[in-house]
Amino acid sequence: MKIIVCIKQVPNTNEVKLDQQTGTLIREGVPSIINPDDLAGIEAALAIKDSLGAHITVVSMGPPQADIALREALAMGCDAACLITDRAFAGADTWATSSTLAGAAQLLGYDLIITGRQAIDGDTAQVGPQMAEHLGIAHIPYAEDIKADGEKIIVTRQFEDRYQLLQAHYPVLVTALSELNQPRYMSVGGVVDAYDQKEVRLLTYADLETFVPVENIGLKGSPTRVKKSFTKSPKGKGELHQVSEDEAVEIIIQKLKGHLIL
Amino acid sequence: MDFALSKKHLLLQDLYTKFATNEVKPRAAEVDEEESFPHDTVAKLGRYGFMGIPVAKAYGGAGADNLAYAMAVEALSKVCATTGVIVSAHTSLCVAPIMENGTAEQKEKYLRKLATGEWVGAFGLTEAGAGTDAAGQQTTAVPDGDNYILNGTKLFITNADAAHVYIIIAMTDKAKGTRGCSAFIVEKDFPGFSVGKKEKKMGIRGSATCELIMRDCIVPKENLLGKEGQGFKLAMQTLDGGRVGIAAQAVGIAQGAIDITVNYVKERMQFGKRISQFQNTQFELADMQTKADAARLLCHRAAFFEDKKKPFASHAAMAKLFASEAASDITRRCLQLHGGYGYSREYAIERMMRDAKITEIYEGTSEVQKMVIASHMKVN
Amino acid sequence: MSKDVLVFCEQRDGVLQKVSLELLGEGKKLANTLGQRLIALLLGHEVEALCPSLVSHGADEVILVDDAHLRDYLTEPYAMAMADVLNEGNFEIVLIGATAIGRDLAPRVAARVKTGLTADCTSLEIDPETQDLLMTRPAFGGNILATIICPQHRPQMASIRPGVMLAPEPVADATGTVRRFDVDFSGLKNAVVLLESVKATKKAKDITEAKILVSGGRGTGKEGFATLNRLADLLGGQVSASRASVDAGFADKDRQVGQTGKTVRPQLYMACGISGAIQHLAGMEESELIIAINKNPSAPIFDVADVGIVGDMHKILPKLITKLEQMA
Repeated sequence: MKIIVCIKQVPNTNEVKLDQQTGTLIREGVPSIINPDDLAGIEAALAIKDSLGAHITVVSMGPPQADIALREALAMGCDAACLITDRAFAGADTWATSSTLAGAAQLLGYDLIITGRQAIDGDTAQVGPQMAEHLGIAHIPYAEDIKADGEKIIVTRQFEDRYQLLQAHYPVLVTALSELNQPRYMSVGGVVDAYDQKEVRLLTYADLETFVPVENIGLKGSPTRVKKSFTKSPKGKGELHQVSEDEAVEIIIQKLKGHLIL
Repeated sequence: MDFALSKKHLLLQDLYTKFATNEVKPRAAEVDEEESFPHDTVAKLGRYGFMGIPVAKAYGGAGADNLAYAMAVEALSKVCATTGVIVSAHTSLCVAPIMENGTAEQKEKYLRKLATGEWVGAFGLTEAGAGTDAAGQQTTAVPDGDNYILNGTKLFITNADAAHVYIIIAMTDKAKGTRGCSAFIVEKDFPGFSVGKKEKKMGIRGSATCELIMRDCIVPKENLLGKEGQGFKLAMQTLDGGRVGIAAQAVGIAQGAIDITVNYVKERMQFGKRISQFQNTQFELADMQTKADAARLLCHRAAFFEDKKKPFASHAAMAKLFASEAASDITRRCLQLHGGYGYSREYAIERMMRDAKITEIYEGTSEVQKMVIASHMKVN
Repeated sequence: MSKDVLVFCEQRDGVLQKVSLELLGEGKKLANTLGQRLIALLLGHEVEALCPSLVSHGADEVILVDDAHLRDYLTEPYAMAMADVLNEGNFEIVLIGATAIGRDLAPRVAARVKTGLTADCTSLEIDPETQDLLMTRPAFGGNILATIICPQHRPQMASIRPGVMLAPEPVADATGTVRRFDVDFSGLKNAVVLLESVKATKKAKDITEAKILVSGGRGTGKEGFATLNRLADLLGGQVSASRASVDAGFADKDRQVGQTGKTVRPQLYMACGISGAIQHLAGMEESELIIAINKNPSAPIFDVADVGIVGDMHKILPKLITKLEQMA
C-alpha cells in the first residue's frame, strides 16, 4: 500500500507571547514543530505500516527550512520525503495549496492520503478536503480512530455530539485529529538513517506542471487575499467588585455572555 | 574547527529533549522517593534506540557516535540523573567493552539484546578492598575444563539488580598483579551467581546499586572477554569511555539545575521584585552557566577524540573532573537561590544536589582523574 | 451579476442547530447593507417542518433540498447538493456554521465551485468602497486577527463559529417563500459508507487542552470541589486546582496548575478560593479571561484577574449554578 502523509511545519503557537507594551507578537525564539494533527497523521500511517506493511511518503509544501520537519518524519519511520518548494508557489491560500499538494500526490501515486485536520497557525481545516476535491476522491474528515485493511478503511469520524463509523475503499483521503493517537518518538537509529540513508526530494513547479495548471498555484491560484492583520489590544487592568452575592452572580453571567462563553 | 552541532545531532537533541521531558521527567521524583528502578522507562529507552546509541546497526544499534551518546546522557540527566546513569553504565561499561573486545560470537549473542534494551548491562570491578586501588582485586577465576570458576564479591554495582549481563573483572593469575586480571561476560542465570544487598544511597536512588556475589560461579570459557591477563587494561579503557558518560551526566545535572532555577528566580518575589532582578542572582547564574558550558565543551571534546579513535583518556578525565565538580557546585548554589523552597522536597533542586555528588566519586574519584591527567602531563 | 446572501442552515436529526439562526441574523444585516435578499439553504430528509422557523428568523426564501440521500450527514451527497444550488444561484455571499459539518462541507464545496473560503470568522462587514465582504478571523493560535477578502470570485464564502453572532428574535408574521430544489443524485459516487452513528458526549480532557477551567484552592474544600465540578459541567469545562488543594487531597495531581503543575491558557480561567501564590499565577496568567472569587480583597489573584469578586465562593457559586441551570 502506498500512503502519502501531508505535513506542515508551524511555529509552536503555544509559545508565542505578546509584548505587553506594544501588543505585537514576539516571534523570535518560537520553535518550529510538525503541526500536531499532522503528527497524528504520521503515526496513523506508521501504525498501518506496522500492521499491514506500507510505503509512506511524507510531503510538505513550504520553505527550505521545512526540511527538518520531513527529516523528523523520516526518523519516526516514514520511507520517503518530498519538499515542495518554489517561488512559484508563494502566496498560496488553501485553494492553491491544496491543488499543488494534489499535483504532488498524482506525481507520487497513492492508495491512502492522510492530512491533519488543521494547522495551528492557520486553523482553517480546508486543505485536506480541498485536496481530495482536486483529486476527485472521497475524504473522511476528523478521524479519531482508523482501522485499515488491504482494501478499505474504517474511520471513526468525530462530531461535537456524536461519532460516525465510516467505511471507504481506496483511494481515499483522511484528515486526522491529534486525539487519534499518541505519536511515537523518532528513534536514535531513525535520526541517523534520516540523514545518512534517506533523502528529502525537492519538488518544484517543473515537476508538477503536468498535473497542475499554472493558474491554480501560488498567488494566482488563490481566490482569497489577506487585507490586513493586527493584534488584539492588550489587556487593561482588571476590575474589582465588592458587591452582594446576587450582584456578583449577575456580573459573572454578563462577563461570560460578553465573552461568548454562554 | 566547528563548535556547531551537525543537523543530525540537532535533531537527536530534539528527540532527547522530547523523550526526557515527556517520559523521564514526570517519573523522576517518584524514582528518587521510592528508590525504584524505572523498568518501564528503560523498556521505552530500548524501543527508541537509547540503549545502543554507539552500536553498529548490524548489531541492532542506532549506529550513532559517542557524541550522540554523551548528548543523550546529558539530556536524560537534566531531568533524572538516575535514568542518565542507567544508560551510561549500560552503554559505557557493558556494551562498549563487548563492542571493542568481543569475538564475533560474543557480539552476536550479547550486543543485539543489549543494544535493543531487551537486556540491561552492568560492570563489576569495585570490591570492598579495591576501590580507587582497583588493582587490589580479590575475586578469582580458575580454569576448570570448559569453564572458569569465579569466586568473590563486587560492590556498589550500578544496574546490578536490573541487569542480565555483567562484565566481571577477576584474577586469573594473582602473582602477576594487574597483568593477572581477566574480564568475563557473566549472565545473571549462571550457576553460583547472585545479586546481594541493595545499597541505600544519598542520590541516584533508583539505579539499583547492589553487591554481586559469585560462589563457585561457572562461566564458560567462551565468555572470557579479550585475552587472559588483559582484564585490567580492558577495565581501564572501559572506564575512559565511561568517564565521558559520567561527565555528560554531570553536565546534565548542572544544566537541569540552572534551567529550573532560571524559571524559579523569574517568578519568586522578594522585596517587591522578582529575585532575577537582583544582581547577585544574575551574577550567580552567569557564572554557573559559564561553568556548565565549559564542562560541556570538555565533554564533547572527549567524545570527539573517542569518535576519531584518537587517545582520549586524559580528555575524558578532565571532562569528568571538571563537570562533576561543576555539578556539585552549581546544584548547591542553585539550591541557595531557591531559599527555603529549595530545601523542600516539593522542588527538584535538592534531589539534583544529592544526585550531583556521586559524579565526583564513581568511575574514578576526582583524585583518580587528577592522577590520570598528571600522568599524561608526565608530572611524576 | 451575483446576488443575494445564502446561509447554509444546519440540522441534525431534524433539529435545527442554533448557529443556523445566528447566521440568519448576521446574513440579514449583510443582505440589508447590500440591498439583497437573504436565502436559507436547508438540506436533509423530511425536514420541511423547519422552514417556517427559518423564515421567522429572517429568510426571504428557503431553498429546500429534501432527499433520502441527505438523511445523515455525509460529505459527498451534501457537497453535491450544495454545489448544485450554488452553481444555479450565483450568490454574492455564502455563510456556513464552523461546526464539524460546516468545516467539512464548506472547503469541499468551495474547491468545487472554485471560490475562496475563509474559516472561523469572528466578524463580517461590507467594505463601503468595494462592496466586498471583509472577513475577520483569528489566526496564529488566536494571537492575531486577519481580515480576508475574496475580490475576484463569487460567492464569497465564510464559516463562522457557533456562538459568535447573536440569533435574532423570531418575527411571527414574517413572510418568505419555500422553494423545493431537486438534485439529481444518480451520478453520486458515494465512496464513503455510513456503518453506524452513535451519539456521545466528550470525555474528560487534559486541563492544558480545556477551553474553560474552573479552579479551586485550599479554601475550596472537598465539598467545594463538588460544586466546581457541577459548575464546570454547566460551562462545558474542566476542574483544575492549586498546589495547596492537591496536597490537601481535594484534587488529583494531574489537575494542578502552577510551577510544579501544568501551565494553562484557557479562554476562561475561573479561580475560586485561590489566593494566587506566584507559583500558581505562573501557570495561568496567560489565560484569556480570568475571573477570581476570593474573600480577601488584597489576594494577589486579583492582580492578574480581569474580573475580581470579593466574596465567599461557597455562597456565590451555588447561586451562579442555579442561575445557569435556569438558563440551560
